[in-house]
Formats: sequence, structure tokens, C-alpha cells
Amino acid sequence: MEGATPAWALLAYLASGVLFILALRGLSSPATSRSGNRFGMIGMAIAVVTTLVTHFPSVAVPGTTTSDGVTTTLFVPDFVTAIEILVAIAIGGGIGWLTARRIKMTDMPQLVAAFHSLVGLAAVLVGWAAYLNPQAFGISAADGLIEPQSRIEMGLGIAIGAITFSGSVIAFLKLAGKMSGAPIMLPGRHVINIATVAAILGLVAYFTQDEGLWVIGLLTALAFIIGFLLIIPIGGADMPVVVSMLNSYSGWAAAAMGFTLHNTAMIITGALVGSSGAILSYIMCKAMNRSFISVIAGGFGAAADISGGAAKEQRPWKRGSAEDAAFLLKEAENVIIIPGYGMAVAQAQHVLREMGDQLRKAGVNVKYAIHPVAGRMPGHMNVLLAEANVPYDEVFELEDINGEFAQADVAFIIGANDVVNPAAKTDKSSPIYGMPVFDVEKAKTVMFIKRSMGGVGYAGVDNDVFYMDQTMMLLADAKKMVEDINKALAH
Amino acid sequence: MDFISILSIFVMACFVGYYVVWSVTPALHTPLMAVTNAISSVIVVGALIAGAAGGLGQAAGVSKWLGLGAVVLASVNIFGGFAVTARMLAMYKKKERPARDGGGV
Repeated sequence: MEGATPAWALLAYLASGVLFILALRGLSSPATSRSGNRFGMIGMAIAVVTTLVTHFPSVAVPGTTTSDGVTTTLFVPDFVTAIEILVAIAIGGGIGWLTARRIKMTDMPQLVAAFHSLVGLAAVLVGWAAYLNPQAFGISAADGLIEPQSRIEMGLGIAIGAITFSGSVIAFLKLAGKMSGAPIMLPGRHVINIATVAAILGLVAYFTQDEGLWVIGLLTALAFIIGFLLIIPIGGADMPVVVSMLNSYSGWAAAAMGFTLHNTAMIITGALVGSSGAILSYIMCKAMNRSFISVIAGGFGAAADISGGAAKEQRPWKRGSAEDAAFLLKEAENVIIIPGYGMAVAQAQHVLREMGDQLRKAGVNVKYAIHPVAGRMPGHMNVLLAEANVPYDEVFELEDINGEFAQADVAFIIGANDVVNPAAKTDKSSPIYGMPVFDVEKAKTVMFIKRSMGGVGYAGVDNDVFYMDQTMMLLADAKKMVEDINKALAH
Repeated sequence: MDFISILSIFVMACFVGYYVVWSVTPALHTPLMAVTNAISSVIVVGALIAGAAGGLGQAAGVSKWLGLGAVVLASVNIFGGFAVTARMLAMYKKKERPARDGGGV
């Protein structure tokens, strides 16, 4: 950074920060969200153009040598580098755009995790670039070394970025099914984790005294390792928290880099994204009645195989057919549909919407009820229903609809389990005790689509709803079953 | 800018973020994650500075290529993040009949 950033550029960065705030503000309602997204794009364009103009590529060439033998350095515009930068933007932009076009909506959680990992890695690269060429970033002190304060910011930025990267890669692998969703528990992992975090913080502090390559290298390596260690013990059902948390980290990484570069747009954005992810994590934890610490400590759902095994007592339950279900649904006045992760896996959202349409034509009042932690990321079910053209004003949150089950003729559960388990309200020994759940047992009839009676929810607990008098178990693939119900309804 | 000014902006922005994000409707939490992801790629500013920087010596050369690498990564996120958000938001529709207000959530 040769000289101070001009005032117009500072204002431009401020403007893009404000536009990013407006982008998030727009999300308060679907009606304003689309213009909000455009504000975000404009903000990003302003930030990029401003940087390209104020930091037009230049190359250092040896200048004139004065009579006492000192050679000055001249900077001349470097058009080759300018083209390289544009190519880099084009490559990345092309990959991103194509991915965004092609991705299936059910794959959204792993896409978001993958994107988080890129932000993390970009932060690490920028941090290293600043370390190697501090002059370019205007953070070198008179003695040629990096300002100690900048070293702290840089060290933290690299550490958070590296944690975001490796953590998101593991989250991506788990969400994409390329790695078992089951928690992987290392012996003594809490001690290892705490020691590693302490070592990272120690190295950041030591970095102010010694800016040697080994300090920042070790710091980066340890941060990559801790990101990996933090996420492997966390099970599939806790992924909404993990994805939100990594979202938060990617924000803090950007903010730390913003401190290093004294850039307003990066600081505002980092703070926004950091708080956003933190709030989402909080909402997800609350919806599971679990503390953030217990989620991060991991291991939840590890006992699923044991408690769900053959030792379970056999209780009577009723199996229904698609025809039975169609008959009851048609006769109903109020139907509440509760989708869960199983719907996403079976890709059943489109046939489910067809079922809703058919029922509505028959004069049935259909509503959708969504639990905050349904699916693998916050709002996962809402996106899938929106994709299937379910109007968003037919979709309700837990607290808004839970009072209506007493008037519901049918509670139709598709791919959800723990979120309708009454043990959360009654059984203090249950691992999901205290989690807010839908009061489906109050509905006249409960239809439960499930692959088989064997499996239990992620929490690994049996569900009393299976065995209630008014429950009809519809055992099949969710998509197949709803298709069959649709056929029966059409008659 | 001195550290205190920057810190002030940061702290204020955290509060703004806190209130703005609480007002986001839960139905849009997935688009929220996608768009926050896109905007956190503003880190591209740092990447562009590094990529554009001239300097003598091997370290400056490595720094430039790290910067260009970061430009590629951040660009994936910028274009991908905004495009996927736009795609999701385009799907959220109201009922076609004269709708009651309230957003449905």
C-alpha cells in the first residue's frame, strides 16, 4: 500500500459495508429478500472495483542510482498481473456460478459447508501473503518488520481461517455422505483439543516477539489440525449447529483480516457474518435444548446402535397402506404435514406438494410444520418446500402451529422422528429431554412414514408415537409412499 | 485509521449484525447462510491487494501467487454464493389467491 488509502476509497468500502447490512436486512421477509440479495451483489462489486483501482498491479523496478550508490525502487503499472487477476476472477467465478446453477436443493448443506471452507482457506492465503509481503499491505514498521499489533491480527486471522477450512471440509464430507456421519471419538480428545488451542494462542502471542517462519507455520498447521479434531466427534444430527458455527468462524476470519488491512468493508462484513452464524448456532442449540458446549464436545448419537438394537421390547403397532392413508386424508378437515431430513434424502418434496394440492382440491386445509432443527442446516426444509412450489404462507414454525394439533385430523410425519417424540416432554432420562417437540399425539390420527420399524431417530431413542392407538405406520420409502397415496387420492 | 477507530466500527457492526439477524425470518435461514457466505468473501479485497502487489524478492513473488489463489477461491464464493442465494430466493412464493399478510412464518 503505497501511501494512505484515498478518502473516496474509504467511503466506497463503507458503502459496501452498508449494502451488506441491507442485504441481510432484506431477508426479514421473502418479499424483500430478492432486492436484498442485489444490494449484496452491488456492495461486493463496489469493494472489488475500489480495490482494483486503488491497488492497480504494479511491478517494482530498480530506479536511478544516486551518486552515493543507493538505488531507488520505482513502481510501474503491470498489465500482465492485471490480466492474471482477471483470469483468476473468471476461473473462480465460472466455477462458482456453474456450481450454483447445478446444485440440487437437497445438497445445499454440503454446498454451504464447501463454500465456508473456501472462505477459510482464502483467509489463510491472504494472511500468509500479508506475512510474506507486509509492505504491500502497509503493515511494516520502520525497521522493516511487521507491526506487532498486525502480527496478532494476522495470526488470529490465519488460525481462524485454518480452523474454518479443515472443520468445513470434515462437515462437507459428513454431509455429502463421503464420510460416516457417526461421531468419531478419540481417546483423551478434550485434553488434546484444549492443549492445541492453548498452543495456538501461545504461538499468536509469541509471534509478536519473533516473526520467524516456523512460528506462523506451526500456528497454521496446528489450526488446521484443531479444525479437523473439533468436527470429527460431532454426529450428523448436530450438523445444523456445526454448519452455523463454521459460518460464524468464516465471518470472524474475515474480520481479523479486516483488522490487519484496516478495511472497513471487511470488518463490517466479518462482524455481520460472525454474529449471524453465532445467532443461528444459538437458535439451533435452543431448538435441541442442548448447550453449545455439549454440542461442541460431541459424541451425540453415538449410542444409536446400542439402544436401537434387538434388546428393545416388542410393542404392538399398526401398519397402514397408501389406500388407507388416502381415505383418511381425504375425509380430514385439517392436515398438518411435518417434514424431516428423511424427506430430503428421499427427494419427496415434489410429490408431497402434489399430495397437498390434491387434498386442497378436496377441501382439506393443509399446513406444513417445520422444526428449527429439521434437516441438516437451518431452514433446510423451508428451501425444499419452496423448491417444490409450496407457498411460504402455508409453512409454519414450531411455536406458531403447535397449538393447532388438537384440532388436526391428521398429523402427517414424513422423514422426521426426534422432533415428534413425546419423550422430550415426559422422560427425564431421555437424551432429547427438554427439546421442544410437536404435540402430534394430540391429533386424531398420526401417519408416520418410515422406512422400517428398525431404525430410530438420530438421538437413538424409541418413539412412543409409533405405538399409539391413533398411529398408522406407513412403512416404505417416503417418495414411493407419497406417490402411492397420490394415486389412491386421484381415484 | 488507528486501532480504536477500527475496533469501534467492529463493535458497532456486531450489534447491527445481532439485531439484523434476529429479524431474519426462520424460513430464510438457509439463504441467510448462503448470502453471508457470499459477503464474507469480501476477503477478496485482501487477496486482490496481495495479487496486485509488486515487490522485489522471492517472498513477494510467493505472496503474489498466494493472493491470486485466494482471488480464485473468493471468486468461487462470491459468484456461487450470490447465484445460489438468488436461485433459492426465486423459489419462495406466496399463495396465488389474494394473500393475507404476515409472511406466513
